[in-house]
Amino acid sequence: MTPELAMMLAIFAPPVASLLIAATGRWPNLREAVTLLTATGLLGAVLQVLPAVQAGARPALHMLEVLPGMTLAFSAEPLGVLFALVAATLWIPTALYAIGYMRNHHAPHQTRFFACFPLALASAMGIAFADNLFTLFIFYELLTLSTYPLVAHAGTEAARRGARTYLFLLMGTSIGFLLPALIWTALVAGTLEFKSGGILAGRLSPAAAPLLYALFLFGIGKAALMPFHRWLPGAMVAPTPVSALLHAVAVVKAGVFTVLKVTYYIFGLDFLQQTGASLWLAYVAGFTLIMASLIALNQDNLKARLAYSTVSQLAYIVLGAATATAAGFMGGGLHIVMHAFGKITLFFCAGAILVASHKSRISELDGLGRRMPITFAAFAIAAVSVIGLPPGGGTWSKWLLANATAEIHQPLLLAALMLSTLLNIAYLMPVVGRAFFRPLPTGAPSGIAEAPWACLLPLCFTALASIALFFWPDPVLDLLRPLGDWPLMEGP
Amino acid sequence: MIAAHFPVLQVVLPLAAAPVCVLLRREVLAWWITLATTWAVLVNAVLLLDRVTTLGPITYALGGWAAPLGIVYRIDALNGAVLLLVSAIAAVLLPYARMSVLREIGAERAALFYAALLLCMTGLMGMAATGDAFNVFVFLEISSLSTYALVAMGQDRRALTAAFQYLIMGTLGGTFILIGIGFMYAATGTLNMADLAARLPLAENQRAVQTAFAFFIVGISLKLALFPLHLWLPNAYTYAPSVVTVFLAATATKVAVYVMLRFTFDVFGVHQVFSNLTVERVFPFLAGLGVILASVSALFQINAKRSFAYSSVGQIGYIVLGIALLSPLGLTAGLLHLFNHALAKGALFMALGCLYYRLGSVSLPALAGAARQMPLTAAAFVVSGLSLIGVPLTAGFISKWYLLRATLEQDQWLLALIIVAGSLLALGYVWRVVEQLYLRPAPTDREAVRDAPWSMLAPTWTLVVANLYFGIDSRLTVGLAGQAMRALLEGAP
Amino acid sequence: MTLPGLFPYWVVIVLMMIGFYMVIAHGNLVLKIIGLNIFQTSVFLLYISMGKVNGGTAPIIASGFSTYSNPLPHVLILTAIVVGIATTALAATLIIRIHGAYGTIEEDEIHRQDNSL
Repeated sequence: MTPELAMMLAIFAPPVASLLIAATGRWPNLREAVTLLTATGLLGAVLQVLPAVQAGARPALHMLEVLPGMTLAFSAEPLGVLFALVAATLWIPTALYAIGYMRNHHAPHQTRFFACFPLALASAMGIAFADNLFTLFIFYELLTLSTYPLVAHAGTEAARRGARTYLFLLMGTSIGFLLPALIWTALVAGTLEFKSGGILAGRLSPAAAPLLYALFLFGIGKAALMPFHRWLPGAMVAPTPVSALLHAVAVVKAGVFTVLKVTYYIFGLDFLQQTGASLWLAYVAGFTLIMASLIALNQDNLKARLAYSTVSQLAYIVLGAATATAAGFMGGGLHIVMHAFGKITLFFCAGAILVASHKSRISELDGLGRRMPITFAAFAIAAVSVIGLPPGGGTWSKWLLANATAEIHQPLLLAALMLSTLLNIAYLMPVVGRAFFRPLPTGAPSGIAEAPWACLLPLCFTALASIALFFWPDPVLDLLRPLGDWPLMEGP
Repeated sequence: MIAAHFPVLQVVLPLAAAPVCVLLRREVLAWWITLATTWAVLVNAVLLLDRVTTLGPITYALGGWAAPLGIVYRIDALNGAVLLLVSAIAAVLLPYARMSVLREIGAERAALFYAALLLCMTGLMGMAATGDAFNVFVFLEISSLSTYALVAMGQDRRALTAAFQYLIMGTLGGTFILIGIGFMYAATGTLNMADLAARLPLAENQRAVQTAFAFFIVGISLKLALFPLHLWLPNAYTYAPSVVTVFLAATATKVAVYVMLRFTFDVFGVHQVFSNLTVERVFPFLAGLGVILASVSALFQINAKRSFAYSSVGQIGYIVLGIALLSPLGLTAGLLHLFNHALAKGALFMALGCLYYRLGSVSLPALAGAARQMPLTAAAFVVSGLSLIGVPLTAGFISKWYLLRATLEQDQWLLALIIVAGSLLALGYVWRVVEQLYLRPAPTDREAVRDAPWSMLAPTWTLVVANLYFGIDSRLTVGLAGQAMRALLEGAP
Repeated sequence: MTLPGLFPYWVVIVLMMIGFYMVIAHGNLVLKIIGLNIFQTSVFLLYISMGKVNGGTAPIIASGFSTYSNPLPHVLILTAIVVGIATTALAATLIIRIHGAYGTIEEDEIHRQDNSL
C-alpha cells in the first residue's frame, strides 16, 4: 500500500465506517466490532505512512481546487504523522473503554455515539495530513461539527448548555479570528501552502506580524488559550470516553497541532524571531498556564480539575511554539505525545471511578484506592507524567520547553513553568493521597470494586506507555529531529 | 430558427401559461402546466446562457422594431445568469409545490395560485431580460402585483395585512422608480438603456440626472429590502405560503439587485454614480447596519420563518456590501453571494416548509424534537443552515471567503468585522432552531408524524446537495460571477 | 422657464405630497389607497407635463397641425394608469378580505387585534 493510498484511507474510510455503525445499530456486538476494526485499520493505515516520512519522503495527494488558488490537498510530514499516530493509537483503547463504559452505564443513543467517533477521527486525520492551511481549516471546522453531537449526547439542559458553549466558542473563534487571519495571509503571501521557513517572510510588515499571529492563536480556539478556554470545562458534560479521547487527545491536540504548524510552516521560526511577533503571546500562554492551574486547584469535581489541567498543559505547547525556537517546537511536539498518554489515562481513571463507585467529586474519593488499586495506581503514574517528573514521559517535554524559555532569555516564563510544576503537584497528588492514605468514610457501600476489565485494560496500557515514553522517547524525537534541526531542513 | 427567440420565450412562455391555468380550473392540470412551463423555461435559460457565454451578448428587438425606439431585450452574462437562477429555482420548486399548495391553499384555489406564480415569474424574467427602462417598470409591477396576491394567499389572516403593507410600500417604491425613469427620459429623450448610458453623461441638466438616480435608487432599494426600507419583508415572508416564501427569498430580491446593478453601473455609469455622488459612503453604511440589526432581530424571533426573513434582510446587506466596495473582487463577491444565498435560503425555507407541512407550525416550541420523526428534513435544515453561516464545504463559505477577501483587500477592517459578526449572529439564530429540532424532547401532545413526502423532500435535498456541490467545486459559480462582473464593468452598451 | 410655466410641476409636487401624507398618516386602509392613487396621479401629471411641447397640440395626427406634443409620455402613462388600476383593484380586494377577517379597516385596530393574540 502506498503512503498516498494509506492517507486517503485514513481520511475517507472512517466516515464509511460511521454509516456502517449507523446501519448495524440493532446488533450491538456487530456494531462494536465495526468500531474496533475501523480503529485498528486506521492505525494500520497511519503506520503505512510512517516509514516513508521517517525516510525523509513527503507523500502528497492533490485532490481538487475548491477556490481559485485554494486546493484540497494532503501531504505527510513528521509533525502531522506524529499527531495522526497519537490519535490513531489512542482510539483503540478509547473505543474499548467506551464500549465498557457505555454498556455499564446502560447509556441511551449508543449508536449515535459510536457513529460520531469515526467522523471526528477522520477530521483529525484530515487536519494531521493537511497540505495547506485551507484544507486544515476545512477539517478543523468539520472536527467541531462532528464532536458537537458527542458533547451534547446526554440531552439534558446542562448538556445543551455545555454543547452550546462548545460550539459557539469554537466556531466563534474560528469564524471571527481564524478565517480573517487565513484570508489576510492568503492576500499577503498569495498562497496558504505549508512551507518550511514560512510563507510570510519578506511579505508581511514586522508591525503587522504580532497582530496576525495573535489572530491565529486566538482563532485556534481548540488550543484553549485564555480567554477562549471556557469551552473545555464546559464540554465535561460529555460522557467520559468523549472527554478522554476528544478533549485529552484529538480536539485539543488538533488545536495545538495547528498552532505548531502555523508557527513553523506559515510564519517560520526565523521570521518570528526577527520580528518578535510571538513574544507577547508567549506571555499570554504563560498567564494561561498559571491561571488555569490555580483554577484547577479550586475544583472539587474531578473531571473539571482535569479539564483545567488540560488548559494549562495546552498552554505549555503554545508557549513552546511562541518562543519561536527549535527547542520550543520540539518540546511542544513531544508534549503532544506525552500529555496525550498522560491525560487520557487520568480521564480513563475518572470515568472508571464514576462507573465503579458513582463518585465524581474529589472530596468523596477518600480511601477508594484500597478498593480500586489498579485504577489509582495508573492515575498516580499518569499524574507523575503530567507533572513532568521522572519516570513520567512528560519530563522530557518539560525540559525542552524550559530550555526554550531560557534560550529566548525570558526568565519570567521559565519561572512560570517551574511554578506550574509545583501547582500540578498540588492539584494532582492529593487525589492519589486521599485515595490511598485516607480511610474509607464510615458507611461507605461495600460493593465498590475495581472497574470492569474493558475500562481497566485501556488505562493500564496508556499508563504503562507513559512510563515507556520516559525511557524511550527517541522514536518521537527522531521523527521530529529533521524539523528541529532547522535551518538545515529544506521544504516539506 | 427558434434559438433566435430564446430571449423572448423566456418571458412569453410563463405569460401564456398563466391564463391557461386560470381557464383549466382543475388543480392537477394547472400544476402540470406550470411544471412543464417552468422546466421549459429552465431549458431555455440554460441554452440562452450557453449562447451568451460563448457568442457574446444577444440583442433581441421585440416585434422587429429596432432600438432606440423599439423595445429590445439584451442578454449578457449577468442577466443570463440571473435568468438561469430564477428558472432553476422555479423548476426545483414546482415538484415541491404540489403537496405544499394542497395543504396550505387548497385544491379549489390552487389553479389561481399557479397562475399568479407564473405571472410573478413572467415579471421577474422580464425585469431581468429587458433593455428598456420603462419595460423594467412594467415587469416590475407585474411581478409585484402577482406577489401581493401570492402573499395574501397565506393561511393566517395576517397574510392579508402583510400583503396590504407590502402593496403600499411596493407601490410607493415602484412609483419612485417611475419618477426616476421619467427624469431620465426628460434629460435624454430615450428609454433604451444602452442609449441612456450613452446620453446621460452628456445631458445638459445634470441635476435632473442626479434626481433621477436618487429616486431610482430609493425605489429599487425598497424592492430589494435594503435597510431601512425592508419593513415589508418580515411580515410578507412569514405569513406567505411556504412555496411563496421560498420563491421570493430565492428570486425576487435577487432580481431587484440585478436591476440596481444594471442601472448603477451600466446606465448611470460608475464614475457618475460614485464620484459625483457620495453613495459609496452611504451604501456600505446602510448595508453594514442592515447586516447587524437584521441579524440581531433574527435572534429574538419565536417564529422560525420570521427569524429567517430577518436573516434575508441581513444577507441582502452582504450582497450590497460587496457591490458597494466597487472593486472587481467586491463585485464578484456580491454576485457570488447573490447566487449562493439563493441556494442556501431556498433550501432552508423549503426545509421549513416541509416541517410546516407535517407539524402545522414553525414556531420554535412547535419544532421541539422534530428531528426524531423527520430526520431527513432536519438534516436538510442543518446543512442549509451551515451554508448560511458559511462553514467550509458549503456554497455560503465560498461567498463569505470572497466577501472577506474583497474587504480586506481594500483595508476595510470595519466592514470585514461586520461580515464576521454577521456570520456569528447567523450561527446563533440557525443553531437555536437546530437545538430545538434535535436536543429537545417532543411535546407530549403532538401526534406522531412521518417525514415530509418525497415530492417535497427530493427538491429540498436537490438544493441542499447543490449547496454542497458548489461549496466543493466552485468553478461554475465563481466563473459565472466573474463573467457577469466583467460584463457589468466593461459592458459596452 | 417662467413661474406660470412651472405651474404643472407645482401641482405635481403638491399632489405628490398630499398623496404621500395620506398614505403615511392615515390609519384607515381605504384612505391609504386613495392617497396612493393621488400619489400615482401626480406622477402621471409629471410625465404628461414633460411631454408638452410649446405650441404643440394633442399627439393625434390631424390635418392642419405641424407641431404635436410628445406622444411617448402619453403611452407610458396609459400603461402606468393601467398598473395603477390593477393595484387599486387588488388593494380594494385585500381591504374587503381584511374587513372580513378582522371586522375593521383601521390599521390601529388591526394591530391591536394581532398583538393581543
